[in-house]
Amino acid sequence: MIEYLTKHPEKIITPFLEHIELTAVTLLISILIAGILTVLSVLIPRLGSILLALFSVIYSIPSLALFALLIPFTGLGKVSAVIVLCAYNQYLLLGNFLTGLSEVDPGVLEAAKGIGMSTMQELFLVQIPLAQKALFAGIRLAVVSTIGIGTIAAAINAGGLGTLLFDGLRTMNTVKILWGSLLSALLAVVCTACSFSQRSPQSSGEKTLRII
Amino acid sequence: MTAIEYQEVCKRFDGNSAYSVDHVSAQIEQGEFITILGSSGCGKTTLLKMTNRLIDPTEGRIVLFGEDISTVDPVVVRRRMGYVIQQIGLLPHMTVEENISIIPKLMKQDKAKIRDRARDLLSMVELDPDTYGSRYPSELSGGQQQRVGLARALMPDPKIMLLDEPFGAIDAITRVNLQNELLRIHSQTKKTFLLVTHDINEAMKLGTRVMVMNGGRLLQFDTPKNIIRHPADPFVEALIQSVLEQREFWEGVEDD
Repeated sequence: MIEYLTKHPEKIITPFLEHIELTAVTLLISILIAGILTVLSVLIPRLGSILLALFSVIYSIPSLALFALLIPFTGLGKVSAVIVLCAYNQYLLLGNFLTGLSEVDPGVLEAAKGIGMSTMQELFLVQIPLAQKALFAGIRLAVVSTIGIGTIAAAINAGGLGTLLFDGLRTMNTVKILWGSLLSALLAVVCTACSFSQRSPQSSGEKTLRII
Repeated sequence: MTAIEYQEVCKRFDGNSAYSVDHVSAQIEQGEFITILGSSGCGKTTLLKMTNRLIDPTEGRIVLFGEDISTVDPVVVRRRMGYVIQQIGLLPHMTVEENISIIPKLMKQDKAKIRDRARDLLSMVELDPDTYGSRYPSELSGGQQQRVGLARALMPDPKIMLLDEPFGAIDAITRVNLQNELLRIHSQTKKTFLLVTHDINEAMKLGTRVMVMNGGRLLQFDTPKNIIRHPADPFVEALIQSVLEQREFWEGVEDD
């Protein structure tokens, strides 16, 4: 295995970097969209449950099928992959965001409104800071899911670690399969570990959390 | 001067045929301490929340210092009033001082002035600003938290203070202390206080006048003395009777 790496480093490192790129781009876009949809759901009653129902339907479509469905519209490649991965993430992100926001102590929210905070101030100064845990949980889920489903994106020429896996499977090359699966697992584990260590100072004490 | 005027105020919640608040009319003068007494579900909290537009009436008008509040932005109405609730509702991720200062800060008032006033108010509710200002709500007892809640409500120097069962979740001894302090703050600040409670002793002790409500209707609105001497309704009579029975029990214990 090591020999393969030293002989053809680019064959492993390039898909690995591609995979990181695919994950990062997907997350950036999907968190942005989920953030906007969350704010809209807070402002417009019932929008949240409608969106969640919609995204749960999309989420239930097998990823390979969804990738294939998009090919007539956006063709083979990264664009289709990012669209599918973002659509999947919406279910995970929006679901966790909305649940997290709804679990904030209603007494705190009533007081915030009662002392004269506008809906937006209530959302950004009270609800979101207090729902941090759930927000991070949603993002963590999305990271792991993107890394996983991202490997399948190789089937539509989006690159990434999936290319190693598919090549390996086609040519029965165990070394490639092992590198592909090890690196994607490693990526998922490292990302999860990072997000945990990032969150711990905030959850260990509300003291560190100063927003004003 | 009339501070609050309820004109035939009604509230019917969606899908409900009965009125939660049923044609309530009353005039409250500036500087009065009004207590609203009633059992749960009688509409007292709804009436209070209509006063700062947390709930809007189905019918009728509420006029504050000559101004119909339905024409004023709810956020503006709320910032003119102090609001204290039973669950206290301090923001757990902010210090005591930040909790008190949040609204003036959002209104971009002068920082030094905000700080001075926050410290004055903490002293007024008998919490040492140096000791408690930088603490978080979770580090305070229930009674101390509600003192902070009170200070936060007083922060914008409102003419009207709305208090929704503020001492409901607080132990008996602390409650009596806080009641006495509330009376002191009322006489010091000359603000109009409106306090909702289901405790008849609290209502009679604190109120310069008491509104007794049942089933959404305002049954009697008078001074504690007049209510006790001349109950205007069988429900009011039953309430007073319950206190007299309690007193008999206490006196019986003392005589033993």
